[in-house]
Amino acid sequence: MPQKTDNKSVNFVRTEAAPLLPPPASEAGITGWLYQNIFNSMSDFSSPVATIKSVLMGLLTIFLLYVGLGQFWALLDFSLFSAVWSAPEGVKREACLTVDKGGELPSGWHGACWPFVAAKMKFLMYGAYDNDQLWRPNVTALIGLIGLAWVMIEPLPYRRYVGAFLLTIYPLIALILLTGGNFDTDYNSVTVITILGLLLITIGRQAAAGRMGQTAGEFAGMFGTFGWIFIAYAAVNATLGVDFNLRQIGTNDWGGLLITLVVAVTGIVASLPLGIVLALGRRSHMPVARILSTVFIEFWRGVPLITVLFMASVMLPLFLPEGVNFDNLLRALIGVMLFSAAYMAEVIRGGLQAMDKGQFEGADALGLSYWQKMRLIILPQALTHVIPGIVNTFIGLFKDTTLVSIVSIFDMLGAVQSTYADPSWGTPVQDETGYLFIVIIYFVFCFGMSRYSMFMEYKLSTSRKN
Amino acid sequence: MKKFTTALVGIAGIALASNAMADGHGGSTLKQVQDKGFIQCGVSQGLPGFSNADDSGNWAGLDVDLCRAVAAAVFGDASKVKYSPLSAKQRFTALSSGEVDILSRNTTWTMTRDTQLGLNFAGVNYYDGQGMMVPKALGATSATQLDGANICTNTGTTTELNITDYFRQNGMSFNLVAFEKADEVVAAYDAGRCDVYTTDRSGLAAQRGKLTNPDAHVVLPEIISKEPLGPVVRQGDDQWFNIVRWSLNAMINAEEMGISSANVGDMMSSDNPAVKRLLGTEGKFGEELGISNDWAMNIISQVGNYGESYEKHVGENTPLKLARGVNALWSNGGILYAAPIR
Repeated sequence: MPQKTDNKSVNFVRTEAAPLLPPPASEAGITGWLYQNIFNSMSDFSSPVATIKSVLMGLLTIFLLYVGLGQFWALLDFSLFSAVWSAPEGVKREACLTVDKGGELPSGWHGACWPFVAAKMKFLMYGAYDNDQLWRPNVTALIGLIGLAWVMIEPLPYRRYVGAFLLTIYPLIALILLTGGNFDTDYNSVTVITILGLLLITIGRQAAAGRMGQTAGEFAGMFGTFGWIFIAYAAVNATLGVDFNLRQIGTNDWGGLLITLVVAVTGIVASLPLGIVLALGRRSHMPVARILSTVFIEFWRGVPLITVLFMASVMLPLFLPEGVNFDNLLRALIGVMLFSAAYMAEVIRGGLQAMDKGQFEGADALGLSYWQKMRLIILPQALTHVIPGIVNTFIGLFKDTTLVSIVSIFDMLGAVQSTYADPSWGTPVQDETGYLFIVIIYFVFCFGMSRYSMFMEYKLSTSRKN
Repeated sequence: MKKFTTALVGIAGIALASNAMADGHGGSTLKQVQDKGFIQCGVSQGLPGFSNADDSGNWAGLDVDLCRAVAAAVFGDASKVKYSPLSAKQRFTALSSGEVDILSRNTTWTMTRDTQLGLNFAGVNYYDGQGMMVPKALGATSATQLDGANICTNTGTTTELNITDYFRQNGMSFNLVAFEKADEVVAAYDAGRCDVYTTDRSGLAAQRGKLTNPDAHVVLPEIISKEPLGPVVRQGDDQWFNIVRWSLNAMINAEEMGISSANVGDMMSSDNPAVKRLLGTEGKFGEELGISNDWAMNIISQVGNYGESYEKHVGENTPLKLARGVNALWSNGGILYAAPIR
């Protein structure tokens, strides 16, 4: 039983715990955040110098807020509040004209003309692609999207196979769906190449079994690889020649987002393996491989992409005999692919150089071959190091696709610019609305890539979480 | 696996390339066109009223109609045309390398182009001239008052050269601000970056609707250059040249004879020998060109006569509101005059 305390013997004794006080306003909640992050630099009035600093800071903050919010408000007002959202059937430019020019909107009106974008949506997405054949790019995109999502979502099974499908069969499907297939394949040469391929594989097998002497045995793998390459070439060619009863649609009729994605995806998919090979080649001890890789990389990095595209579209046809045409889009695609491969190679080389020498030596000590060493030890680490650089190159490439519009390929930028020529939609806000729309699309794609790369970095940097 | 994949991607590229290369043909343009089943027509990347893509992405305009007319003459079907949008720099290379069969891209017929590039102009489908637009606030009523002006124009075209010549000739100083695309020029002019916007008068009319306040601008009376715009073909293939030239002539003659897409059916039974020759009910004029005798009838019924095409794409009822002016028939005070079919 506790002893009763005589309260009178001391002046004051607390008998119960003091009530918890809320944290001071300057430390918690919204006000606390504001104090610490906004007003901290302008609330010191302890000396004349500090007061002047605080006042100046305050003025600067108000000015920046005014400018920033003003711009933001102007954007919101243009794109949302003042915008025209719909036009009655059959009404075109009149929907977005002010009274001074024969429309109905008040004088001085300035807002986005979304019906213009809606009317041009098909052109911005597919270009002049045949209207009744739009399911083809749609199906292509759908297969690609499902495959991509499958590969990216962790717990799904067979991701490796889906990835392989995306890299091998899918490009073929996409090519046939988009162009219509039915190329003039020479089936005689296909047969010859198939037989050659089979022959090479047989030789490879025999050589591997040691039935053809020691020298041949050392080249067994090479024979096999070439054999399979021949077979694959024949298979691709044969498939391209099949008439799937699809209407042929030339790349001249492609446009808009379709072109942007075709160029970007091809560039991205091709540049990574090409870049790895080039980077390894540049660090190789074999002089020929090293010199060739270095020359290739330095050449493509030394010329601007715009020059490459101009050369491909204006100069190349002059060197070819009359009537021999290289598809315009294909020319640009090859240019973009080689160009981005050179940049990718340097990014990856950075990753390889960041690797500790011990990793190479450890792999050697385990008795791994060069390719095993690279595939199992070096590249997984090197590539993880440079994910930000790789994705940076991807994003740069995605945005560089707009350059193809200068060689009259209607990527999204080229498409939107050519819609400005339609007099039936000619209004002062036509350009601004169109550009605003494609800015949004580009942002969605680039931001998506950026977020995914951050997720990958987080996932893969298991050894160096910080 | 990766190596294999890389190889496959490379091979697919090579396969596509070799297939594309195999498309090359020899022989006359007409033969090539008939073999592939369509005409490849070089158009602009977008010039209002002359060649621009409409809402569903189909090309339309005065220049486009010429290609459609040739397709109607060759195939009896005006829709058998595929279009290659070309920049001003690419256009002649594309034609001489065989990428396109006709260049119908508001191209000015000049002696240099006709004689030095290995090309032939098959006629004139629009007589244009370079004009100047200035803000009313500038107070200028004549181009001679523009000393020291900033001038907005396109690069790589004859407009740049013409305006330079004009100002030099009149001993005036100026400052050229050049852009690649027409809408960039308009935006710069509208934003006040220059005092003068110069391009062909058809272009001025087309772009005017995009200005913030069109009524605050005035087109000066001076026309500083002759710009006969017409279709171009490769030199050295007279048959194809003739088909293009006479497709254009047929459209103009049809207007003169009062034959339009609406009444061409009735006109087939006309007694007028000129009409009969044009529509192919008399003589073998089509066969002489290497095509069918009802070539002109197909053009008129599917594309229309020149006047119809003009009114549809650039005339008074379009946003361009271009009056016929010199592009009226010679019998109506213009200079449009086609050789007779006989």
